[in-house]
Amino acid sequence: MTGLHFDIGRVLLLVCFGIVPLVGIILGFFAPSLRRQLPLIVAFVAGIVPILSLYIPKAFLSAPGQGMSPRLDQYLIIVAGFALPLGVVNVIQLNTRKVGRGEKGWFFSLVLLIGLFVMGSFGVYGAFSGTGIGFLPNGAPTPFQWMTDWLFQPLQSTIFSLLAFFMASAAFRAFRARNVEATILLVAGVLVMAGRVPLFDLLAYPFPPLKPAAASLTQTMGHLTEWIMDGPNSAAQAGIIIGSALGAMAMAIRVILGIERSYLGLGKGD
Amino acid sequence: MRWVIRHCLLAILVFASAASGAPSGTLTPPPPELPAPDQFVAKDRPGDSGKAILLTWKDPPSLPAGATFEARRAEPPAYEWTKVADVKAGVQRYVDATAKDGVVYRYELRVHHADLADTLGLAGTIGPAVVSDPVASHDNWIKPERMNSLVACVLFLVLLLGSIGMAGRGTQFFIRRIAGLNAVDEAIGRATELGRKVLYVPGILSPGDIQTVASLAILGHVARATARYGSDLDCPNRDPLTFTSARETVRSAYLAEGRPDLFREEMVNYITYDQFAYVAAVSGRMVRERPAANFLIGHFFAEALILAETGQSTGAIQIAGTADPAQLPFFVAACDYTLIGEELYAAGAYLSREPVLLGSIRGTDLAKAALLLLGLVGIVSATLGHDWAAALLKTQ
Repeated sequence: MTGLHFDIGRVLLLVCFGIVPLVGIILGFFAPSLRRQLPLIVAFVAGIVPILSLYIPKAFLSAPGQGMSPRLDQYLIIVAGFALPLGVVNVIQLNTRKVGRGEKGWFFSLVLLIGLFVMGSFGVYGAFSGTGIGFLPNGAPTPFQWMTDWLFQPLQSTIFSLLAFFMASAAFRAFRARNVEATILLVAGVLVMAGRVPLFDLLAYPFPPLKPAAASLTQTMGHLTEWIMDGPNSAAQAGIIIGSALGAMAMAIRVILGIERSYLGLGKGD
Repeated sequence: MRWVIRHCLLAILVFASAASGAPSGTLTPPPPELPAPDQFVAKDRPGDSGKAILLTWKDPPSLPAGATFEARRAEPPAYEWTKVADVKAGVQRYVDATAKDGVVYRYELRVHHADLADTLGLAGTIGPAVVSDPVASHDNWIKPERMNSLVACVLFLVLLLGSIGMAGRGTQFFIRRIAGLNAVDEAIGRATELGRKVLYVPGILSPGDIQTVASLAILGHVARATARYGSDLDCPNRDPLTFTSARETVRSAYLAEGRPDLFREEMVNYITYDQFAYVAAVSGRMVRERPAANFLIGHFFAEALILAETGQSTGAIQIAGTADPAQLPFFVAACDYTLIGEELYAAGAYLSREPVLLGSIRGTDLAKAALLLLGLVGIVSATLGHDWAAALLKTQ
């Protein structure tokens, strides 16, 4: 009985994501309007299966690793695997063209292509030679690992560290008391910042008699910060999250039912 | 002589017995009897996809400390018991996830104490066993613990489809102005006047994320506008699936506007899967190519502020949108307009002005009002000491 259910799920997926698209593509040559309907049918099935599996635990639908819904997740990974080479080809095409034509910024494209081929070559070499892309048996890094440690990760950290500076500039702009709302934001922001760091302890450091009072003040500010974060801040966030969840549900239903088609670049009457 | 020897031997035996400390004339006390488990039931675990049997029981009141419950399984008619699990006292349930669907089992449960000696003086005492009725696992049609969610979804669907139906019949609904969406045409128009490109960043996740789908819907509108105005569009991607979807979206939009000649493959391009390398590339483009309008719409993480601040420094009109509360403050601080939460999902409908789609926004608003009302009633009832609202909204 279980085997039969398992087969039903498999057959349904094969029909929905194998035969129907294939037939649609073939028929699409004769009737272009059908080609536009096909993604809507596929979107309907792909959307409705995970929703049903949330409430219907039947094995053919939701059994871990075997049901239609978990299999759809696996399909996504497989499709993404095929989509990645498309991206790499696009990168090579675009940047080769830029370098060839000497367009503005061609040098950056050249650096990108060199990086892509050098790293890619070391990765391929590691895969085929059996050394892998991590460390050699003697503990020495492979060329791929060396480039990751000494080039890629420092560059990544550099970009990430920009956040600190951008946060300061954004805070400077946001915390200007231009109106009542901005002033409330400024006051709340300053209170939260003061409550998150031992500001008063630092100020009282040169004056030992003031240290107990500073510690008490730090604790009070900590409580105030917690109240701001757990009270008004959480309430506002909950409002946004509830609205977002309902909006996401409505969006999902529109997409599943084929009412929303703008993600396919189609509009009214298309 | 024989009499002397006998009495000497007897004296030695008595002395040896006294020296060993063994009480003469007494037996080792029997170990305390272990109780049987109460109300032992084995049944198919409800609301699952099969291959699991749920065992439940009550701990007997006289259970000694340190005792455990030993569950065993047999397949009738054979009664070869196989140990399934040892469960600590107090747990009172066990799920046997090794069961096969359709196979009938009997389960046996007994109390086991490893530290008490049995009648032979060996360590480990076992109490009387309780045997269950025959049971078989199977997959179920419904998850009872999610009924509240199912009912809520059906009600939401009714509200949504009802509103869409009313809109389809010509009922006009008031939809409040969303400044960020009204500014879309203005931003693209400005880019056209300045002869600079429009940059559209669809977030960094795949279309498996609903925010990315919403972003692609907005990209469709933006692409139609750039096709109408004849301005250049640049859509760099981090996720390969989003890249292929975005390309089809833009291609279809140009086709739908009757300007397939303006569409170029490189409008929608792929950069890299690495988050910060992607940020570096997009920030570099912002600084070097100075797009006049930046759209940062979709799911963002740490890159939200870097992109928004870089775009801000170039003087471009920036329209951002995300439903992630953690990134919203950054967009609000650094962008001209921000689509907050539900506005992101309503954007496709709002921009298209299609009555049917606008009806769905009204349905969402009605659901929100109903939730607010339920929340208020729940707060009042919880204050009065009733916890039905919390139980009603409990999700599993």
